[in-house]
Amino acid sequence: MSWLLVLPLLVPLTTGILCLVLPGRTAQRVLGLAGALGLLAAGLALLAQVQRQGIQAVQIGNWPAPFGITFVADHLSALMVLISGVVAVAVALFALAENDQAREGLGYYALGHLLLFGVNGAFLTGDLFNLYVWFEVLLLASFVLMILGGSKAQLAGGVKYFAVSLLSSILFLVAVGLLYGATGALNMADLALRVERVHPGLLTALSMLFLVAFGLKAAVFPFFFWLPASYPAPPAMISALFAGLLTKVGVYALIRVFTLIFTHDTGFTHSLILWVAGFTLLLGALMALAQGELRRLLSFQLVSHIGYMLMGLGILTPLALAGSVFYALNHMIVIAALFLLAGLLQRLQGTTVLVRMGGLYGPYPWLAVLFLLPGLSLAGLPPFSGFWAKYTLVAAGLQAGQYGIVAVALLVGLLTLLSMGLVFAEVFWKKAPEGARAAPGGLGGRVLPVGLLAVLTLAIGLWAEPLLSLSQAAARELLEPAGYIQAVLGVSR
Amino acid sequence: MEILLAFLVGGLAAVGVYLMLRPHLIQFLIGFLVLGNAANLLIFTAGRLGSQFPPLVQPSGAVLEPYANPLPQALILTAIVIGFALAAFGIVLFYRAQQALGTLNAETILEAPDVSPAPSPVDELPTEGVRR
Repeated sequence: MSWLLVLPLLVPLTTGILCLVLPGRTAQRVLGLAGALGLLAAGLALLAQVQRQGIQAVQIGNWPAPFGITFVADHLSALMVLISGVVAVAVALFALAENDQAREGLGYYALGHLLLFGVNGAFLTGDLFNLYVWFEVLLLASFVLMILGGSKAQLAGGVKYFAVSLLSSILFLVAVGLLYGATGALNMADLALRVERVHPGLLTALSMLFLVAFGLKAAVFPFFFWLPASYPAPPAMISALFAGLLTKVGVYALIRVFTLIFTHDTGFTHSLILWVAGFTLLLGALMALAQGELRRLLSFQLVSHIGYMLMGLGILTPLALAGSVFYALNHMIVIAALFLLAGLLQRLQGTTVLVRMGGLYGPYPWLAVLFLLPGLSLAGLPPFSGFWAKYTLVAAGLQAGQYGIVAVALLVGLLTLLSMGLVFAEVFWKKAPEGARAAPGGLGGRVLPVGLLAVLTLAIGLWAEPLLSLSQAAARELLEPAGYIQAVLGVSR
Repeated sequence: MEILLAFLVGGLAAVGVYLMLRPHLIQFLIGFLVLGNAANLLIFTAGRLGSQFPPLVQPSGAVLEPYANPLPQALILTAIVIGFALAAFGIVLFYRAQQALGTLNAETILEAPDVSPAPSPVDELPTEGVRR
């Protein structure tokens, strides 16, 4: 059933093209939601297939494995595709309610689906150069989305985002070229077999190039500066899509290459990843505390929590990797909800500068609850999904004896709680400041997607077993690449 | 030949990095183009130089040995196309940024009016009156 593997690519591509071609706004809006729902369904079907029959691989154009381009879906890929479908549906619902005529007229739905096309391609490809191409697909779509509408803040943020992305693209290209020169392979499964013959020192140097290239995309320490400078600029329906999906592609790529290809010297490479994770966690959390603007604050929280995903990769035990995967999935939902919520708050108060906000608890008590659900999940409090993600990582860290990173992880959990508490106090408890805008009208259907994501994080928290066991299956596959190689190349190691 | 190309790649990379570090964004873009060419030549060199025979199959079914590796060229072709698209987008983006922000100097673009602290982008859209 190989078409299931290309379905998460075909659905957004078809939707994107149709949205470009069809002139009517109504048609685009219907298609935008239908495409997102279709992607979610495709993700579910793919995950069910992987769950039933193990790792799926399809050779595009029937070129046999190391020569042609292979698409592979293991548990990690399928889960990432599924959750990106969830985020896509939530954002599409939000965009429908937002009814931003200017941006819809400029092709918001087409670009959004082309972005999803690139994201899912990156999750599913089994070829390193093809991964580079998918990165470019999603980057170009995200460049245009970033500046769609052309406000000054968007252009200023877009320039920075563009510049940093160019740099990381070239680094990635150089790294792929050198790795090809050293091994003669681009297929990731083939690479996993061939790297044994490469000098370990050269391989470590190459792995560092990949760490920098993907680290720039994932916005980890010390390459995170661009993210808080650009993500707050576009409106919520775009920044939530970016926050939920784009950095996770970088994290996914890091997890993939550092479990499949670069496992020759984990004492050096993965210890370095742990250090990077620690600094990302700590600096992101501290800088989030220093922000006076909600979306910049959330951007720093986003950066900080990328560190948790790297922490599991750095520890590299089955439990730790399961924690990383679980954290990435949970974080996609939670951070998208928070960015959408920032859009709601901006609509109510006309600003996201915290000192100019306040007094929302009286008229909107349910909105406070809606903020607390993902907010507390981000901080890792039970009974939300963030708790289990953090619990798994901390337990794995203690088992592996990595007490330093565990201490940092727990401290950052506290700092996140403090940061979320501050936002809650500023936005909901504090009296509305002088001259604050009275709430203009209702929020309408915008609440629905935020509510869905918030309920989802609560539901995963209360019923964590299915997603956790899926994450553990993903971790097992990552640590035993023989199955992946077998599925792609048809030979065992 | 490899050594010659290695020096060429190194030289181009140095020029590209220097230009990308300059404050003006157009210089940054030209630096990106130069660095992109360095990366392409690097892939070309990493794919082994050597034979000049094309990788063609004769009517008899025989292959000219040793034939040139076609894969690096395919990769470079892809990378050139992508680099072209990025550069084209970059030029338009910088043009619009120059119009809207009045500067293309990386040092001053941060202090451009209305950019920091981050304003509310929804408010700036011309359709504001329509939607509210």
